[in-house]
Amino acid sequence: MSYLPYAVAAWLCLVGLAGVATSRNLIHLAVCLTVTQSSSYVLLLSVGYVEHGKAPIFKGIPLGSTAVDPVVQALTLTDVVVSVVVVALILALALDAHRLSGTVDPDGIADVSG
Amino acid sequence: MVFSTLVPLQAVVFALVALGAPLVVLTRDPLRQALVNGIYGVTLVLLFVVLQAPDPALSMLVVSGIAYPLVILAAVARSRGERRRAEETRDE
Amino acid sequence: MSRRVRLALLAPALVGLGALFAWAIAGLPEFGHYRGPYGYVLNHIVVPLRHSTNVVMGTTFDVRGLDTMGEEFILYAAVIGVTLLLRDESGAGRVERRTRRARSDTVRLLGVLMVGGGLLVGLWLVAFGYITPGGGFPGGVVLAGAIMVVYLVGSHRDYGPFRNEHALDPFEGLGVGGYVIVGLAALAGGLQFLTNLFGYGVAGTLLSAGSIGVLNAASGIAVTVAMLLLFAEFLETYVVPLEPEDVGS
Repeated sequence: MSYLPYAVAAWLCLVGLAGVATSRNLIHLAVCLTVTQSSSYVLLLSVGYVEHGKAPIFKGIPLGSTAVDPVVQALTLTDVVVSVVVVALILALALDAHRLSGTVDPDGIADVSG
Repeated sequence: MVFSTLVPLQAVVFALVALGAPLVVLTRDPLRQALVNGIYGVTLVLLFVVLQAPDPALSMLVVSGIAYPLVILAAVARSRGERRRAEETRDE
Repeated sequence: MSRRVRLALLAPALVGLGALFAWAIAGLPEFGHYRGPYGYVLNHIVVPLRHSTNVVMGTTFDVRGLDTMGEEFILYAAVIGVTLLLRDESGAGRVERRTRRARSDTVRLLGVLMVGGGLLVGLWLVAFGYITPGGGFPGGVVLAGAIMVVYLVGSHRDYGPFRNEHALDPFEGLGVGGYVIVGLAALAGGLQFLTNLFGYGVAGTLLSAGSIGVLNAASGIAVTVAMLLLFAEFLETYVVPLEPEDVGS
């Protein structure tokens, strides 16, 4: 039971990858990628959790109290915002592929001639 | 004897997140998937809050409420508009 | 390879990956029994050393400041990529379309309130980032969202200043480049790159944490303008108008 958080992170990663592989629409594929990304956030924050720890903000609580790990929170918070822009880049690629080939189906644009 | 180090609230929220992810993947229409992704983002915010992480929770809330729907809907609108324009030029 | 072959290969691959995950999870410490010393050390030293009560922001912009600079460059590169991919070469998107503002007065009133409230909340999140939860990254997205409500509620001309990439690009440079310049200023003084130069002040007030405040503001500007540029590229340079033209007014 104490390993449930890590199991949830692994489950999220596998579900996202299954969604990417079976996708019929490039935009749907990009959103399934965000599910895979969220698995990394869940794993990071689960690793950093300290039992009975508080948030690592020391305004109003005394300075020696137990707090959870701040490094993984720093990694997660910048990653969340930057990944939006990266997903926007992936969607721009999808729109470009759609313009050039006329379809958003990943199987439909697989034919490379010449 | 301690059964686990998970507080029951945390276990419930982890279960909600694990339930929400297949729902996002199984929604095939991108327009509806933007909405389901927003709801999944809210469950992730709940998870970050019960894991004592307010900064990632704020970022995830703002991103899944404002930025992701914006980007996904803009892409869907543009792809539909391109398809309509392709049909129009084909009909001419 | 065809779709059927791909799906047939997917199931054993996922099972194998799941087995690898299970093996890795078995080696992790139990949930809540965090081992590493780094987290405990930072929780004890960042507030006395840097006077920043939000240890996460102190870590983001000072202890691990180089990582955040790399993340901002990822942001910058992705925005450049989107601009290049969705570039409108015919120039037809530059024509200003005459659309009308939202018809209902209630919607317009709510829009105005949302713009004002959103700007205040965004500025507060960015300004108090190193004292209470928040920071440049979520605050920047809220600011961009508040400005985009203008697009939803107003006419095409109302949103004009935020559609103009030539006006927005210098601010993006200010945000990302400002971060690097603060780091280089430390180098110029003979210290290491991104050393905290300015005075530390009193913990818990706005005048604290030295250069963390400046870096926080720079990243807030960078994120806001990146979101606005993304929006401008996705919808505004599009040739066929998506909203009805208003021929009457």
